[in-house]
Amino acid sequence: MDGVKLHAFWASPFSARVIWALKIKGIPFEHIEEDLPNKSALLLQYNPVHKKIPVLVHGPRPVCESMVIVEYLEETWPQHPLLPTDPHKRAVARFWVKFIEDKSPNVWMVYRTVGEEQEKARRDSSEMLSILEEHGPNKGKKFFGGDSINIVDIAFGGVALWMGAMEEVSGCKMFDAAKLPRLNAWIANFKSSPVIAENLPDRGKLCDHLARLREKRLSSSTSK
Amino acid sequence: MAEEVILLDTWPSPFGMRVRVALREKGVVFDLREEDLSNKSPLLLKMNPVHKKIPVLIHNGKPVSESLIIVQYIDATWVRQSPLLPSDPYEHARARFWADYVDKKMYSGGRMVWLSTGEAQEVAKKEFIECLKVLEGELGDRAYFGGGRFGYVDVSLIPFYSYFYALEASANFSVAEECPKLVAWAKRCMQRESVAKSLPDQYKLYDHMLERKKIQEQ
Repeated sequence: MDGVKLHAFWASPFSARVIWALKIKGIPFEHIEEDLPNKSALLLQYNPVHKKIPVLVHGPRPVCESMVIVEYLEETWPQHPLLPTDPHKRAVARFWVKFIEDKSPNVWMVYRTVGEEQEKARRDSSEMLSILEEHGPNKGKKFFGGDSINIVDIAFGGVALWMGAMEEVSGCKMFDAAKLPRLNAWIANFKSSPVIAENLPDRGKLCDHLARLREKRLSSSTSK
Repeated sequence: MAEEVILLDTWPSPFGMRVRVALREKGVVFDLREEDLSNKSPLLLKMNPVHKKIPVLIHNGKPVSESLIIVQYIDATWVRQSPLLPSDPYEHARARFWADYVDKKMYSGGRMVWLSTGEAQEVAKKEFIECLKVLEGELGDRAYFGGGRFGYVDVSLIPFYSYFYALEASANFSVAEECPKLVAWAKRCMQRESVAKSLPDQYKLYDHMLERKKIQEQ
């Protein structure tokens, strides 16, 4: 079988999602750490449209976009399935993945902005969390996937486990544990799962990195 | 078991069009129900409580929402006719990537062109044309995005063709001049009965959009 390489970045939640999927499925891979301000020529060649990590390269062929990669892994390596087999249940899982993908940019916006723009992003992030709390498919279960982690857990994990660092660095609270008991329990379950716990960036290092990036971004936007 | 397939939709919606095309490609008999978005039906609110949006496919009482997810569901459920997604996982991933690109760029890009004016519209127009060129590049010399066969990416993009006339009139440009291969692709798709039946007339759509603009500006 062709080898698998992953172009990744240690601080990226999008890379993390792919790493979690690879590890859960027991797929051996070569981790290629990209130095993000200085993207490698290879990365730009593999992802000319978005020029972003993660990029999975299976043999000679690149696959881009974290959740597209996860679906590709699911189809190519069916062991430890991340999606149910029933078409309707698959559609429900994909609905929640899309919901998370569509709404989570608000979380990054809280981290990237200040003032009114940040406040709006904070409200939208909180709304996303309330909807997941109320309607999410994990009622009475350990994970969105039931007893084991599935594609929805992986998608949300990339958001939820970075939220704390973003709150700390931006000074803006999004997650109210008192109002989100089910999601709070989910975070504890997810974080304590061995594959996840062993594949998370160090919190202190992540906060430093995010703080530096935020300062750079905010000072460059005000100097325009 | 008697199959019951209901589609909650509105005729101008490009997302609804995707589902109509997919159902017709598969020869599925369905009950098309036109929603009034200013007065949403109890069925819509019950079947899509999170977004309260169309399209929603209800198959034997079970709802599926989000147009591309519905198209994937249709492809996985009615397998005997017109496969829309490739069986090869890598080609499947490529199809997902490009449908995702269409989703990220076309609706919001087109909307910016339609709603903005002056300098802002020029910028929006340039960006929109750039996206069309990227898509045209991906199409290359193939008949369809699916290669020799009409497929998932074609379904995801073709509804936006019905909006070209309105955008061209609003921002004074010609998609055919900028992206001739893409327009040739669109006309090829329009020859399919599933597409011709599912897309509204461009002029009717333009009139409808003008009406809505007038109402919104009041």
